[in-house]
Amino acid sequence: MVKMDIIQKLESKAKQHRKEIIQMVYDAQSGHPGGSLSAIDIITALYGYKLKFNPKKPDWPDRDRFVYSKGHACPALYAVLADHGYFSKGEFKKFRKLGGMLQGHADRKWTPGVEFSAGSLGQGLGFAIGIALAGRLDKKNYKVYCMIGDGECEEGAVWEGAMAAAQFKLKNLIAIMDSNKVQQTGKVKDIMNLEPIEAKWKAFGWRTIAINGHNMKDIVSALDSAVKDDGRPSIIIANTIKGKGVSFMELNEKFHGKAPNDEEYKKAMGELNA
Amino acid sequence: MPEIATRDGYGTGLLKVGKNPNIVALDADLSDSTKSIEFGKAFPERFFNVGIAEQNMMSIAAGLAASGKTVFASSFAIFSERGFEHFRNTVARPNLNVKLCGSHAGFKTGEDGSSAQCIEDFSVYRSLPNVAVISPADAVETEKAVEFLASYKGPSYMRTTRAKVPVIFDENYKFELGKGVVLKKGKDAVVFATGPLVHESLKAAEELQKEGINIYVVNIHTIKPIDESLVIKLAKETKAVVSAEDHNIIGGLGSAIAEVLCKNYPAAMEMVGVKDTFGESGTPEELYEKYGLTHKHIIKAVKSAIKRRPK
Repeated sequence: MVKMDIIQKLESKAKQHRKEIIQMVYDAQSGHPGGSLSAIDIITALYGYKLKFNPKKPDWPDRDRFVYSKGHACPALYAVLADHGYFSKGEFKKFRKLGGMLQGHADRKWTPGVEFSAGSLGQGLGFAIGIALAGRLDKKNYKVYCMIGDGECEEGAVWEGAMAAAQFKLKNLIAIMDSNKVQQTGKVKDIMNLEPIEAKWKAFGWRTIAINGHNMKDIVSALDSAVKDDGRPSIIIANTIKGKGVSFMELNEKFHGKAPNDEEYKKAMGELNA
Repeated sequence: MPEIATRDGYGTGLLKVGKNPNIVALDADLSDSTKSIEFGKAFPERFFNVGIAEQNMMSIAAGLAASGKTVFASSFAIFSERGFEHFRNTVARPNLNVKLCGSHAGFKTGEDGSSAQCIEDFSVYRSLPNVAVISPADAVETEKAVEFLASYKGPSYMRTTRAKVPVIFDENYKFELGKGVVLKKGKDAVVFATGPLVHESLKAAEELQKEGINIYVVNIHTIKPIDESLVIKLAKETKAVVSAEDHNIIGGLGSAIAEVLCKNYPAAMEMVGVKDTFGESGTPEELYEKYGLTHKHIIKAVKSAIKRRPK
């Protein structure tokens, strides 16, 4: 059983990160708040509880890897990486600005701690598979975590990866599906229904764990039970809410890729400070 | 001259460099055609057949490279383009150490028909920052290029062909990225050729010699970075330039040379290549004849360039 004080600490961090996400997107007047708010609880738990890493040595060969395939929702990742000391929070002001290290989509060439140059959906899972294969060849014990979106699963390449990870028996690979129900122009189920999604992953040869992706206890226990020695890759299917924490952004596709205006910003910050 | 397909040079080259335990190879279930199978047999633990899934192959290659591996990934040239955007975003953009090889390129592919006859690979891969584009003329050069790439840092695309082509180089040949190889000296014109058209150009030079026309034949094995200084030097010397490639005349070797010339030394130039058309089934010889890729077409292009030469 994870101690309650750890859970509370992670919850309080996630709350702080939600404000940083809104601030970054508001300052940039562009970016993707919805998918950042759905993913932030899980990313907070990954770095605050599970991953082995060293911000002073971002290339440490034995580190666990977090491949963030939904790179448009990078404010969530930036908030957490800065909090762990990969770079200064002063960089937030330069998010999406010329010369800044925080690119509009997370990019390993620009930002310490970012493993994957994202921005094109359906590519992170294959990249994670490559790292997992290398880990096995090099007899390393690191784990590879890869977060994908639910809308992203409409990309055929995700299923090429799903087949390959099972075929190659990558037990060191843990995918996390941020199932936030909404994509750019509407609800996932109306645009290209994925259900029954857990059955699909099972059928592709994966161990599945379905959780509430905003419940810190659920997240932490799923991360603890995700790695089993049964030769299968695992996927945590995290039921989340796009825009979680800001009432008017929740399940609202308009805030997939739009910054809040002055009024919306004040309202969002008011809700997050409550 | 003995004849060996350049894809066989890829196979033997991979086998040689495979002794380095840091090298891994991927294929999208065409390894007996691309010849990466030789590596797969010798080093099965470092060979991954990703299935018929070129997009995923690119991403997996990127992940392995990001973990310190030197990755050789192969498929047919045309199917590599299926994963083009994956290669662009996940390999080229972060400048990862992935060496892509597209086999069965050009009209040399023959009987398989137009779906497999990739005539745009130079064009698309050349337009990617960070990516070196290589097109060997024979099996020896291919093997040497593989050996070179094994120690080269950065992404690359190399094209090989299905059909056998005459062997031009011997074991002492040294591959130098971005350096054209003068195979025959001349004075009246210069032919910059790549891949199977190098041999056609040598044949053209022999015939032209009989008519008293003396031409340079240069093997351009690196389409990018193009050998600017050699192109300018020989254009200045001859003022009559011909490019020759088994590729669309749009965007390939001819375009790369024209880009250099128009800025530095405009000369009379003719392009021998596929005239912006898709192919069809037939033997490579028949296709080369019908679509204007033989030594005879090079001869005609040389004469035309000489005629148009600035005084």
